Amino acid sequence: MLIKRPSDNPSSDITPKDIYLNRRQFIAGAAVAGAAAVTGLGLREVAEPSLVAEANAKIDGLQKSPFSSTEKQTPYKDVSNYNNFYEFSTDKYEPAGLAKNFKPRPWTVTIDGLVKKKQELDVDAILKMAAPEERIYRHRCVEGWSIVVPWIGFSLSELIKRAEPLGKAKFVEFTTLYDPKQMPGQRVPVLKWPYVEGLRMDEAMHPLALLCFGMYGEILPNQNGAPLRITIPWKYGFKSAKAIVRIRFTEGQPMNSWQLSASNEYGFYSNVNPNVDHPRWSQAKERRLGEFLKRPTLMFNGYDQVAGLYSGMDLKKNF
Amino acid sequence: MKLRLTKIAVFLGGLVPLGRLAWKAFHDGLGANPIEVITHSTGDWTLILILTTLSITPLRKFTKQYWLIGVRRMIGLFAFFYGVLHFTTYIWLDKFFDVHEVIKDIGKRPFITVGFTAFVLLIPLAITSTTGWIRRLGGKNWQRLHRLIYITGIAGVIHYIWLVKADLRKPLQYAFVLGVLLLYRVMVWMWEARKKLASATRTPRSAEVTEVSR
Repeated sequence: MLIKRPSDNPSSDITPKDIYLNRRQFIAGAAVAGAAAVTGLGLREVAEPSLVAEANAKIDGLQKSPFSSTEKQTPYKDVSNYNNFYEFSTDKYEPAGLAKNFKPRPWTVTIDGLVKKKQELDVDAILKMAAPEERIYRHRCVEGWSIVVPWIGFSLSELIKRAEPLGKAKFVEFTTLYDPKQMPGQRVPVLKWPYVEGLRMDEAMHPLALLCFGMYGEILPNQNGAPLRITIPWKYGFKSAKAIVRIRFTEGQPMNSWQLSASNEYGFYSNVNPNVDHPRWSQAKERRLGEFLKRPTLMFNGYDQVAGLYSGMDLKKNF
Repeated sequence: MKLRLTKIAVFLGGLVPLGRLAWKAFHDGLGANPIEVITHSTGDWTLILILTTLSITPLRKFTKQYWLIGVRRMIGLFAFFYGVLHFTTYIWLDKFFDVHEVIKDIGKRPFITVGFTAFVLLIPLAITSTTGWIRRLGGKNWQRLHRLIYITGIAGVIHYIWLVKADLRKPLQYAFVLGVLLLYRVMVWMWEARKKLASATRTPRSAEVTEVSR
């Protein structure tokens, strides 16, 4: 028989997916280069999307933000080597190594739930929704340490506006990728996977809430939540979901992973609050990485402008 | 001679965890949060050494290496040494001698309460570890006092279990080893109680026999 039936093809003959994807990229790249040569377009401009895809690639044209802190920034080395990212490991020093081969591209984000425009968006399309800003934020972990990081992104509200949520939508739920092959920590049920976090709609729409894809002038390293995460500076770090694959709009309050794991210790709101202790340790002080003495923790991590979101609420109850 | 050499080896070995920390501290190797690393490492070694002292007795019985008892005191004292370092790290590097804060912590936070209990119970054991104190107390009493190590072991492991956020694997490994070591004691105790009971019921009968035979 001249034409082989599919079953006749030994599996060794089938091109592995990553190689054929590379071939496609090569062909696409060649086509772009050809087109650029013909039309006289600068090659750099055309090639930008793929440039952005690489970790540590520089992000140009950053806008400064009035929300930025002037405090001393934590060294890049510390922020990229000390990570609470249980999808890789519960040891904070391990995600940097374990996330080396993680693939943040190609990546699609599902926008669904109570929205007019349910859609699957390529992450690079999301990155182009608004001009990237550098926002130097304080970041306070529920464990009692803190860092100052120059994140890159734009207000989460930019994406939410474009999704056009329905009037009934009161909350936004964020889901992290579930892929135990790439994320070895997910092979152990320390939390219920996939990781889920959530915000009330007005919190998510607050200009401080950042949709984030870079830090220190570069594309996010994998261990810091590439390709897309949120950064909510007035809440404990675990609220800032990483490696997001789904953004869902809901009427009811989402159940976030840590609340599900220990509802007496971790609530839905999880605002930084020095007056409400974790049942097992004090939240009155924090250690800024690189400093010897602890410093007092500030209400809402010092972001007083969000206080209005919680007026009339008992924050001891709604911890 | 063999014991002497072993003791020197154990002494040097006991200093290795501290040496490693010191070396890393001077070579920028303690990572982003050095104080956390020091706290966890000294805590880990306290627990490991407590479990090691608890394994000496069963190890002697099973391997018939009776000389092992000769290094137990030193291992116990090293456990205390790392416990002191662990506690000092907490008081100094974590609370910066804020006595008020520390007292509040010990009263309010169960994981600190049990950890502190474990540490305090080690103090009399360290003090009475000398041969002079064994003589002064008498072997029986000394042994009874030193059973406090069981409580220290249990409290130390609970301290660890209550500290972690979600991943219980490591503290449960310690709990498992401790469980096995304590189970061994319970079994020995039950076996001896049975033997005693058996000999107690046998004694009158054997007396009878001797009477008859007389």
